[in-house]
Amino acid sequence: MCAANTDLQHHLQQHYSAGFVTDIESDTFPAGLNETVIRQLSAKKQEPEFVLNWRLQAFQRWCKMKPPTWAQVKYAPIDFQSIAYYSSPKSLADRPKSLDDVDPELLQTYEKLGIPLHEQEMLAGVAVDAVFDSVSVATTFKDTLAKAGVIFCPISEAIQQHPELIQAYLGRVVPPGDNFYAALNAAVFSDGSFVYVPEGVRCPLELSTYFRINAANTGQFERTLIIADKGSYVSYLEGCTAPMRDENQLHAAVVELVALDDAEIKYSTVQNWYPGDEHGRGGIYNFVTKRGLCAGTRSKISWTQVETGSAITWKYPSVILRGDHAIGEFYSVAVTRNYQQADTGTKMIHVGKNTRSTILSKGISAGKSQNTYRGLVKVNPTATDARNYTQCDSLLIGDGCSANTFPYIEAGEYSGIVEHEATTSKIADEQLLYLQQRGLEPEQAVALVVNGFCKDVFEQLPMEFAVEANRLMQVSLEGCIG
Amino acid sequence: MLDIQSLAVSVANKTILKAIELTINSGEIHVLMGPNGVGKSTLTRALLGDEDYTVESGSITLAGQDLLPLSIEQRAHQGLFIAFQHPVTIPGVSNLQFYKAMVNAHRQAQHQEPLDAIELLEQVKHAAQQSGLAEDFLYRGLNDGFSGGEKKRNELLQMLLLSPRFAVVDEIDSGLDVDALKIIGQGIRHLQQQGTGFLLITHYPHWLEYLTPDQVHILVGGRIVQSGGAELADQVADHGFQAFAA
Repeated sequence: MCAANTDLQHHLQQHYSAGFVTDIESDTFPAGLNETVIRQLSAKKQEPEFVLNWRLQAFQRWCKMKPPTWAQVKYAPIDFQSIAYYSSPKSLADRPKSLDDVDPELLQTYEKLGIPLHEQEMLAGVAVDAVFDSVSVATTFKDTLAKAGVIFCPISEAIQQHPELIQAYLGRVVPPGDNFYAALNAAVFSDGSFVYVPEGVRCPLELSTYFRINAANTGQFERTLIIADKGSYVSYLEGCTAPMRDENQLHAAVVELVALDDAEIKYSTVQNWYPGDEHGRGGIYNFVTKRGLCAGTRSKISWTQVETGSAITWKYPSVILRGDHAIGEFYSVAVTRNYQQADTGTKMIHVGKNTRSTILSKGISAGKSQNTYRGLVKVNPTATDARNYTQCDSLLIGDGCSANTFPYIEAGEYSGIVEHEATTSKIADEQLLYLQQRGLEPEQAVALVVNGFCKDVFEQLPMEFAVEANRLMQVSLEGCIG
Repeated sequence: MLDIQSLAVSVANKTILKAIELTINSGEIHVLMGPNGVGKSTLTRALLGDEDYTVESGSITLAGQDLLPLSIEQRAHQGLFIAFQHPVTIPGVSNLQFYKAMVNAHRQAQHQEPLDAIELLEQVKHAAQQSGLAEDFLYRGLNDGFSGGEKKRNELLQMLLLSPRFAVVDEIDSGLDVDALKIIGQGIRHLQQQGTGFLLITHYPHWLEYLTPDQVHILVGGRIVQSGGAELADQVADHGFQAFAA
């Protein structure tokens, strides 16, 4: 039921346990961004001409764009010329052929994070791709996947080995000009994961990527592309951590999902980037564009996210429901404390007939934090009988925080049904008093109430992640009361 | 033994309880009666450690341990249980999940290993049966959508699980039907035989027919104005509180 409860005491002891720095030699570009940097980056990755051109076009567009200001977040303007756009552990200059070739220091980093990369030590059933700063360091279980015909590799490798798939799908869901950060990512993306599940294949393993920012003054711009061919199924998990640093670091990722006829993609995120300290110093700026395209009939895309980290989160995993009878889902728990700011939500764009979408968002705010749900449900005139159900619940802990809900509904089609429910509640003193009278410490009491609040979302996570999410929540909420 | 000496309690700078003296031995049932608004609930809150209730003077000890410097949960770990008049609702947290957290918090305070899931479930099922609650109830949210009677039975269930040293049962009788009163009476007797001391707070004497109180105390104007045997409850039943002047 709540496996993490017993570990609570242990986990309450720790603050941001992923905050260590790995001392490793890296090959990092000097700070700054211009065409030359992009050419160097592309050359380093031995990319085909079409990718370089795509990057350069994106860069041209980006130069003419301005950072978005509509989100409910505040931060000093970012100096994009003070960031390094590529950092790679030196030992990976020649990509390792197997885990044995990987620098032991790097492997230890992942062990410390609880993600052993050695296959024999892995929990059966999860294949891992690990991205350290700008490059993928190891992908496990490649053979098992290859037998099923599933391609799971760093996107830089896919660009070289599967250019036809890249050419067909890269930027199809999130075009470079989509928004400021998507354009930046298109220009400078360094690595990320690529997944292709062939027709009729049910991916035999959970696929997982762990992202780690290590180097200082470095942005991480990964790009993930997942294609589920007709009748296929894949579940993909993503986890993120970064060292504690006083300065802010930029993370501007793009994730594109494409589901063809009868295909299903389940994408889960546990995001625990460094959130900054209790005075609001440091932390990751998490400016991410995630979008799925339900291209085929009866296709389904489901986003589940647990967001506990980052100083600022700006993220709206969305689904374009183009195929008839397509299904889009968004399940989210976003926790903010101290001075964290989250502006997150989703967009469900109904294009096909009889398309359905569900949005379930749980925001938890503590300290001086600000937590905003922003969602758009758009029903195009073509989307007859489209249905959406949205539920947004906010939970406040203490008096210094705030929660906002901005649901936008654009329903052009009268036969559709769009429902929206929202609640805001506060953890009541009576609830805490009752639980304390039953012997629970105040922090355990808060954790239990929060756990109940998030239950519907946690149930959507794969088992392993659900446990991790629970722990994260407890650690995140440490010291929030009293 | 619960021992209360010269206890004075104020709420928002207003003195509610003045010089309460109360000694309740293990295995004894004491009843505290009084009209509305005389401070019966204030006594409960002061015992459990609610910060809004200030102890101005006096002492509270349980089995020789001074409770006043202890936090709410530390008092609970000492064996103090409060059956609430209005138990809270916590959606999404199943009763079973809550019992597990509760039982293991107590075990941890006693430096014991957490109870394994099978043992816990067995104890819970037994306690549920004694409280007259069906098993499917264990998987529902804590008091979520429960009737008044179910909430009170749930309080009994928890009390049976913890088998406390001392329990305050705060107006558990209000709004209960005869069957529920009987079951709660039986549960209290069961614990009494195991040595739990009880303070039952009520302003209706009628449910006492399922129990045999050792002493009855009448609280009026912030003081215990009279103490006696079960016959005192009968007196209240017949004539109300008018006879007991502050």
